[in-house]
Amino acid sequence: MRYRNTALVCRGTGCVAGGDTVYEALRQEAERQRLTDVLIDFTGCHGYCQEGPIVAIEPDGILYTRVEPKHATEIVSSLMSDGKPVEHLLYHDPATSQAIPRYSDINFYKKQDRVILHNCGHINPERIDDYLASGGYQSARKALFQMRPEQVIEEIRRSGLRGRGGAGFPTAIKWDLCRKATGSPKYVICNADEGDPGAFMDGSILEADPHAVLEGLTIAAYAIGASEGYVYVRAEYPLAVSRLRTALRQSQERGFLGSQILGSDFSFTIHLKEGAGAFVCGEETALMMSIEGQRGMPHPRPPFPAQLGLHAKPTNINNVKTLASVPLIIGRGADWYAGIGTEKSKGTALFCLTGKVTNCGLVEVPMGTPLSKLVMDIGGGIPHGKHLKAVQTGGPSGGCIPARFMDVPVDYESLAKLGSIMGSGGMVVMDEDTCMVEIARYFVDFTQSESCGKCTPCRLGTKRMLEILTRITQGKGTEGDIELLTELAQEVKDTALCGLGQTAPNPVLTTIDYFRDEYDAHIKEKRCPAAACDALVHFSIIAKKCPGCGMCVKACPSQAITSMGKKQPVVLDDAKCMKCRTCYDVCKMGAVKIE
Amino acid sequence: MSTEIDLSLLDPVLEGHHGHKDALITMLQEVQEIYGYLPEAVLARLSDETGISLSRIYAVVTFYAQFHTTPRGRRIVRVCRGTACHVQGGNTIFQLVKQLLGIEEGQTSPDLEYTLETVACIGACALAPNVVVNGVTYSHVNAGKLSELFTRKDRR
Repeated sequence: MRYRNTALVCRGTGCVAGGDTVYEALRQEAERQRLTDVLIDFTGCHGYCQEGPIVAIEPDGILYTRVEPKHATEIVSSLMSDGKPVEHLLYHDPATSQAIPRYSDINFYKKQDRVILHNCGHINPERIDDYLASGGYQSARKALFQMRPEQVIEEIRRSGLRGRGGAGFPTAIKWDLCRKATGSPKYVICNADEGDPGAFMDGSILEADPHAVLEGLTIAAYAIGASEGYVYVRAEYPLAVSRLRTALRQSQERGFLGSQILGSDFSFTIHLKEGAGAFVCGEETALMMSIEGQRGMPHPRPPFPAQLGLHAKPTNINNVKTLASVPLIIGRGADWYAGIGTEKSKGTALFCLTGKVTNCGLVEVPMGTPLSKLVMDIGGGIPHGKHLKAVQTGGPSGGCIPARFMDVPVDYESLAKLGSIMGSGGMVVMDEDTCMVEIARYFVDFTQSESCGKCTPCRLGTKRMLEILTRITQGKGTEGDIELLTELAQEVKDTALCGLGQTAPNPVLTTIDYFRDEYDAHIKEKRCPAAACDALVHFSIIAKKCPGCGMCVKACPSQAITSMGKKQPVVLDDAKCMKCRTCYDVCKMGAVKIE
Repeated sequence: MSTEIDLSLLDPVLEGHHGHKDALITMLQEVQEIYGYLPEAVLARLSDETGISLSRIYAVVTFYAQFHTTPRGRRIVRVCRGTACHVQGGNTIFQLVKQLLGIEEGQTSPDLEYTLETVACIGACALAPNVVVNGVTYSHVNAGKLSELFTRKDRR
């Protein structure tokens, strides 16, 4: 039957956090009110995670934000009467307080260019018919029946597609190398081991549009001449794993995977491999070791996977976003794709905008878009009237770009020039309360604990860097520490075996470059300008401002604050204080001083 | 911990991957799903039946963060240490959880109620800071929400 409307409940990781309850509530309510001409359905990530849980009413394009199960009655009633949307659930423009009913009118969506994400938030990822109805598997059909493998590679070459895992290596060259390599069978692998903390693009695509990735992998396999494929997905993404499983089963049932696909003479199967919690497995040679059931340790290249890969056979590895772009390029043509972006960086870039920014979420813009447009226009700027300090791209492998470079176009070359990298798409915004030395320490702490230990520069270098950074943040830094750190960082960068070690110094080098004054303040004045380093921060009560209301006494998790009776200022015990800022946040009088 | 371990629970895993030595990680994941952790006796049997040496099995078990060789609590608490959580005060949250549960990272409370772990990123960055308890994500956590979540009244 045809439905008048569809209510699409976002069931991406962000929106189901705290309990996947909205979808069921809406279904039950629709049944109770006998709403029959509106379909209650669900999608993967709609993108605007900040305002989740999200419900979209299609085809009108109405967006409900921060929906709770208790709102189901109102939403269904509004759909019943075909009347006005539920006003208080609409997005309200923070500047004008005006309700904006349609998501296409909201800045967060309006200023984006959703290409890879075109299906995300619009189709049910657990139903292959939805994907087919939006043109799915047409590109695989076109490649298999109208193009020779060489033509597919040529089309990808003309499109200018570069690897979206971060390094930006031209995809067509990679495919061509593997195609020409001798050895059989050949393998293709989708790298979905998205390990960068602060990044969830690949997971979101797998949750929202898994068939696009499978179709891309199938086209890659056809172009290369591979008969077997793997999707290696991070175990911390249970939802992505389960949706992929469903998608794999459905595409096998429909003949899009398996032997003699769609009646052609091309056969291809895909296996799903779950990672087991090792960041280094995002590195391609380590990933292959892991698929073989071994410790995920990288080995030197050459030989490249295209020559000697999985089970010592020619292997091609691409990132989720790269593969999700492939069906679009084959379907719409290389010229269309090459028309988006800059001269050297084609297509769109996908980012997870998070941190100290008003609109967190999944965003997609053409390559070359200025960073300021991402942070200010789409991201809505910095909340609470604070100021932008830096934007971190590329996760633990990337760097911090200071606010003064906010006009930099976001593409591979421009970000590299600033010492950062495009990376796989994490973008963490930092304000004046973020200490840049502490952030460098945080990232090195991460890479140090994730270092596999195989090569000395990474195993020992990251450890020593962490020690130096830790003592600086504790106020124990000494003259010469910055120079030592720089030398060490450069050494690790030049000599480490794999990408993890080679890029681990980037957060250190960029923060020293752009925020040396903060390092100096920690070392020379034993002061943290952002008041973020615990050892250098002191909490006290301004007696004059404290009315003794006791809010902080109740809120303090470590019982460090004692009430001295009504209208008497409270007393804070330094020894018990955990510096958690809870008192600072609850005090309405501004009587808690942080210095 | 003196309870007998039923080694026969391993049979379906062994059958499902018969002859596939490269499925070691998948097998270990399935074994851990059954027992909650990877008991020594089970790994020894896995080694005997598959022909994969026990040292290689341990090499893999100790390499990956997901595998555990000691019993774990009924409630697995995982504090997200991703960048977005970090800049939103994730470290303080971590300190608070440690204090509330009375255990350090990687430890299990003596009554086997809680195990405390950290996770690099769960991908719900927009809702930072996040804490996951038995697979359910609690978002925008603060001192108040945490003490509500971990009041020890439900503990024996």
